[in-house]
Amino acid sequence: MALSRLSSRAKPLLQPLAFTALRRHISTDNTPLTIETTLPFTSHLCESPSRTVETTSSELLSFFHDMALMRRMEIAADSLYKAKLIRGFCHLYDGQEAVAIGMESAITKKDAIITSYRDHCTFLGRGGKLIDAFSELMGRKTGCSNGKGGSMHFYKKDASFYGGHGIVGAQVPLGCGLAFAQKYGKEEAVTFTLYGDGAANQGQLFEALNIAALWDLPAILVCENNHYGMGTAEWRSAKSPAYFKRGDYVPGLKVDGMDALAVKQACKFAKEHALKHGPIILEMDTYRYHGHSMSDPGSTYRTRGEISEVRQVRDPIDRVRKLIISHDIATEKELKDMEKEVRKEVDAAVAQAKESPIPDPSELFTNIYVKGFGAESFGADRKELRATLP
Amino acid sequence: MSAIIHGAGAATTLSTFKSIDSKKLVAPSRTNLPVRSKRFIVAGSDSSNGLSVRQSQKLIPNAVATKADTSATTGTGHELLLFEALQEGLEEEMDRDPHVCVMGEDVGHYGGSYKVTKGLADKFGDLRVLDTPICENAFTGMGIGAAMTGLRPVIEGMNMGFLLLAFNQISNNCGMLHYTSGGQFTIPVVIRGPGGVGRQLGAEHSQRLESYFQSIPGIQMVACSTPYNAKGLMKAAIRSENPVILFEHVLLYNLKEKIPDEEYICNLEEAEMVRPGEHITILTYSRMRYHVMQAAKTLVNKGYDPEVIDIRSLKPFDLYTIGNSVKKTHRVLIVEECMRTGGIGASLTAAINENFHDYLDAPVMCLSSQDVPTPYAGTLEEWTVVQPAQIVTAVEQLCQ
Repeated sequence: MALSRLSSRAKPLLQPLAFTALRRHISTDNTPLTIETTLPFTSHLCESPSRTVETTSSELLSFFHDMALMRRMEIAADSLYKAKLIRGFCHLYDGQEAVAIGMESAITKKDAIITSYRDHCTFLGRGGKLIDAFSELMGRKTGCSNGKGGSMHFYKKDASFYGGHGIVGAQVPLGCGLAFAQKYGKEEAVTFTLYGDGAANQGQLFEALNIAALWDLPAILVCENNHYGMGTAEWRSAKSPAYFKRGDYVPGLKVDGMDALAVKQACKFAKEHALKHGPIILEMDTYRYHGHSMSDPGSTYRTRGEISEVRQVRDPIDRVRKLIISHDIATEKELKDMEKEVRKEVDAAVAQAKESPIPDPSELFTNIYVKGFGAESFGADRKELRATLP
Repeated sequence: MSAIIHGAGAATTLSTFKSIDSKKLVAPSRTNLPVRSKRFIVAGSDSSNGLSVRQSQKLIPNAVATKADTSATTGTGHELLLFEALQEGLEEEMDRDPHVCVMGEDVGHYGGSYKVTKGLADKFGDLRVLDTPICENAFTGMGIGAAMTGLRPVIEGMNMGFLLLAFNQISNNCGMLHYTSGGQFTIPVVIRGPGGVGRQLGAEHSQRLESYFQSIPGIQMVACSTPYNAKGLMKAAIRSENPVILFEHVLLYNLKEKIPDEEYICNLEEAEMVRPGEHITILTYSRMRYHVMQAAKTLVNKGYDPEVIDIRSLKPFDLYTIGNSVKKTHRVLIVEECMRTGGIGASLTAAINENFHDYLDAPVMCLSSQDVPTPYAGTLEEWTVVQPAQIVTAVEQLCQ
């Protein structure tokens, strides 16, 4: 209320600085709020966490800003793919932002996250820069993996983000290995291993879960259930779609994955649980607006009506927007301005990434081995391309 | 599988590293490899004695046994079996670096199906010597995930053939993560296990996985053949920042040799000169080394002088040592236990032809196992692998 009065009185003066004024106001405002999650949690072999979530107005604003940034990044990636600047596979995360954001708000950078190929937004949530992401997507040298990984291989070691994996389900044993290392080194940290409803049918998942439960590893398996494994709906691929119960002897929790606050609450709960009792499964009920990847229109196995219905009723950004407005943290106009700023930021990053250099041909042979020993490597034509592995 | 394990398990109560001479743990050899001839091989080429000359240095990084002349053998050193040598190497590395851990099936309380990890669980505890459930895919993946954070797991496949279940993890994650992450993560794992054709173990337990793994970019492969290089390669593999696959052989675990008391490591990328010679270069690795040396006895009696090199490093090849040898002898025979199609010998033939074609007087000949699943019947099994008589015939043919 106060803010809207302020902005309306000093409209001409503050107009261009609306964003800065907003920011200045918000940075000093840490009003604690308690908000109820939209849906209750369903639990398996454990107690549900409370539906009331403690948050602050600045946190809600940061949710909004970061989710808007992620949404914009994915949409920009969409247009870049159609402009053939991004090639190969491009799996977009829009619609699922609440999972990444909610998770980040509940943990520290010492906790590890490992996910599958739908990793652009998780990378951003872990502190990755837009320019690193876009450069990597376009295969430039300044990308987070020097242009050699691509869309499915984003990593950020200093923020304990372990990627970025192309093979469905293969990251789950890796994630349990990360949890093992955390236990081995007695770090009071946990690992969040994300996978999809399609990957939930992989055998290695149950193998890894068995070991994690046996050895009491601080591993949290998060199933991002967007109800479609590429083109196959959940009911056609899983006999038991209650993914949070599939752990059998491992406790599970089902969360509304479109509600960032519910995700935050669940992750906080899961972290405490994992540090004390071992693994736990979180099922995030979420939805992706795009198809499985850019090569998939996303409408052959589901109706456009369904997609737009979810967008209207359950969109995570709209949900936070409504919360912000109803709690008078900011006005609709300010939020719109924030979105415009975000758009400008993303466009600037795209433009900068487009100018970035492509990798040197010698980069083909770097980072194959850690230490070189003069082994030779060459291409199909020996004279053209021949190098000693550095 | 069961025959070997029960035999090994029931054998002794070895609690120290020193072997017990009185009890010969070598199973009766169907392929005519009595312990005596192995001793002859080792002493004849003066490999172990020659190497003990280097005892003056604390750490021996270079263990190629090239110099045959022996200064006075100091007589120090201790005798042990190959699996004990592996255990020694593993234990020394675990003492040295707390990040090293072992994971595999039955490696802990059981002591390892081939006793390589015997006693380690008691010494280091359950967190460093981990008994995993039977899920190769998952525990190999876990080892790789742990390695991404800086741990150095030694992953044991009870039999190399079981690692086919973990092929995805080895190929995609182990080999490629260093590259796809732009150098952010190193994967210092050691994946080891026994492979090769044993004594009537059946087709599925007699696999040679070198041929499948050799194309994976980013990994190194080594094969040990004597207690000396087994310990050295194990230590080097653990210390290496790259993922290393260490191929052991089921039938070589009970080889006895005297190794130095001092600490030493073997170079992962170097080949070993077993017997210098003039007429022909014979390249081999793992168990076939012993078949070759037996054939060498016959060849020497017939007047030939073969140069035998144990290539040890299967990926990358030590083309320096091999090349020098080819330049000297101009004839090459490759003897391996791998399959004919797409095996290590096939790659090595291609590499030699490309690089040293001008030095060859005769085409490179490659003797490999037959492209068949290993049959159970003993006589049939013998015919699938290369026998010394075939090696002798091949050398005679090449040296015409």
